[in-house]
Amino acid sequence: MTASIDPALQLRPQPSAFTTLRRVILDRPATIFALIIVILFVLVAVLAPWIAPHDPLAQSILDVNKPPSAVHPVGTDQFGRDVLSRLIYGSRNSLIFGFVSPVLAAILGTSLGVIAGYFGGIADRIISRVIDLLLAFPELLLAILIAAVLGGGFWNVVAVLTVAFTPGFARVARASTLAVKQEPYIEAAVAVGLRTPMIILRHVVPNIAAPIVVLTTLWIASAIRLEASLSFLGIGTQPPNPSWGNIIRDGLNNLFGSPWPIIGAGTLITLVVLAFNLIGDAVRDALDPEASR
Amino acid sequence: MSQDLLRLTDVTIEFGPPKKPIRVVEGVGFSVAKGESVGLVGESGSGKSVTSLAIMRLIGGRVVQGRIELEGRNLLDLPASALPEIRGRDIAMIFQEPMSSLNPLMTIGDQIGEALLLHGWRDRTARRDRTIEMLHLVGIPNAEGRLGAYPHQFSGGMRQRVMIAMAVACAPKLLIADEPTTALDVTIQAQVLDLMKKVRRELGMAILLISHDLGVIADVCERVIVMYAGRVVEEADIRTILTRPQHPYTRGLLRSVPRRNHEAERLYQIPGSVPPAGSVRQGCPFRDRCELSVSRCAEEMPPMFRFGSSQSAACWVTAAAEGVAQAGAAA
Repeated sequence: MTASIDPALQLRPQPSAFTTLRRVILDRPATIFALIIVILFVLVAVLAPWIAPHDPLAQSILDVNKPPSAVHPVGTDQFGRDVLSRLIYGSRNSLIFGFVSPVLAAILGTSLGVIAGYFGGIADRIISRVIDLLLAFPELLLAILIAAVLGGGFWNVVAVLTVAFTPGFARVARASTLAVKQEPYIEAAVAVGLRTPMIILRHVVPNIAAPIVVLTTLWIASAIRLEASLSFLGIGTQPPNPSWGNIIRDGLNNLFGSPWPIIGAGTLITLVVLAFNLIGDAVRDALDPEASR
Repeated sequence: MSQDLLRLTDVTIEFGPPKKPIRVVEGVGFSVAKGESVGLVGESGSGKSVTSLAIMRLIGGRVVQGRIELEGRNLLDLPASALPEIRGRDIAMIFQEPMSSLNPLMTIGDQIGEALLLHGWRDRTARRDRTIEMLHLVGIPNAEGRLGAYPHQFSGGMRQRVMIAMAVACAPKLLIADEPTTALDVTIQAQVLDLMKKVRRELGMAILLISHDLGVIADVCERVIVMYAGRVVEEADIRTILTRPQHPYTRGLLRSVPRRNHEAERLYQIPGSVPPAGSVRQGCPFRDRCELSVSRCAEEMPPMFRFGSSQSAACWVTAAAEGVAQAGAAA
């Protein structure tokens, strides 16, 4: 025993969240694969104008329904448009929808949930009833309903998905806030003279962040899937602008002319959604070691 | 007595629905002078914690009656928006649970600094220096290197020290300590009590120490207030309480403290248990457990009787035996 420092006073090293995340990722090859897919997806979406071989909207009557070739690696559709270019540009829609709606929903839902959980009473009752109401509706049905009223278009779809995702975040945030509110450090913060907004921002929100982050990652996949579904149904991204959903829709009308648009877009949707789900699982396990078994 | 820092007068606190209230604290009055250390002692359920939380206006119950004055200003009249000014600056509080009274996601430097920033320490460097000074004061070695440490890197005793540093950083006039050592083991408990005495000496603040342990109170406090079933039953300086307790409840508490020279003898315990809050409507709340009780105890709540210059107790029987008069209008 060394005499100088009391062992009880020494800093105990604790694995950081980053270390845990790295371990969880390296433990599973599937997560590395997912990470590569996601990075590629983001790069392709960002760099679309530079890497797309053709104009995604350019039609050519001479090149209708071509199978894959050197000029058109994934073939062409019924209007002679290059499918690869359309898929590359379509990834931009998926990326924007995939991130914007869950993030907006996370901000909105967390605010509502924290308010309901922290203040309780009438605010809690109103917010909770609205959440219950929205949760009782299937997301897709809700989306179709709102789109039918407001019409399609980018911001309408974003709004629809945000509204659809908000209740989930609000419910998780409310439950976590109820638990954190009971913690003595909240009472201690009140006793030190902190005002309510500061207590919420500095002491409540950081302590409920973990489940919110996990939920956000998992819902990016759902958002990409839902955007494709809505575009497929004709209420998401409007033609001729490409989206993976409406590429499949167009392809369906011409399944026997050229199956390539459906094969291409379907593969991409599957890969990207799977990748985000795998990453969501990894983040969850990294933040909550008990859930990994 | 103009030098009273804190004065509670006839404070009554109710919980539950307003139509069927439960009285948890009734007619409590006492005062704490500037720089004085006062102990509040009583069993679980005696209302001592509720009383202390009421001073900070931190309870869910309602103070239906009475005054809580800090330097002559009634805290109960203040609007809720004025409370953060007082909390932490004039009155600070340390709690029972050192393990969970610090935010796990904030460094201790930030948490102490937050309290300082709130009460006017705008300058970053000054704040940092004060934080280090406070950590030194509470005996954290290598205080400067610990500013960036998180609560989980500290033991329970160390966390309670950090809590004390945080509470006294703004040099409050009154420190309320609600069972600050209950969750700590005996050696750490002694260290924390010594620390509280030291901090009080150096910063010249008053302490209101809440405990069920008369030993802890005797170590730190000059004066003791004994509460039972939501009422003050005895008040005296610590020496008098230990040598000549007048209320049968205080006597029972003292007899039930384990002593070294009591060999092979069963430790005394006060028979029965504290009546549930609000169940005693008439007479002395202690009468069912009291060896001295007479018929009058069941009919009338005894007022505070004055036994000598610094002692008063609420008991018909001992007051009659000593032939003392009811305490003045102040009680």
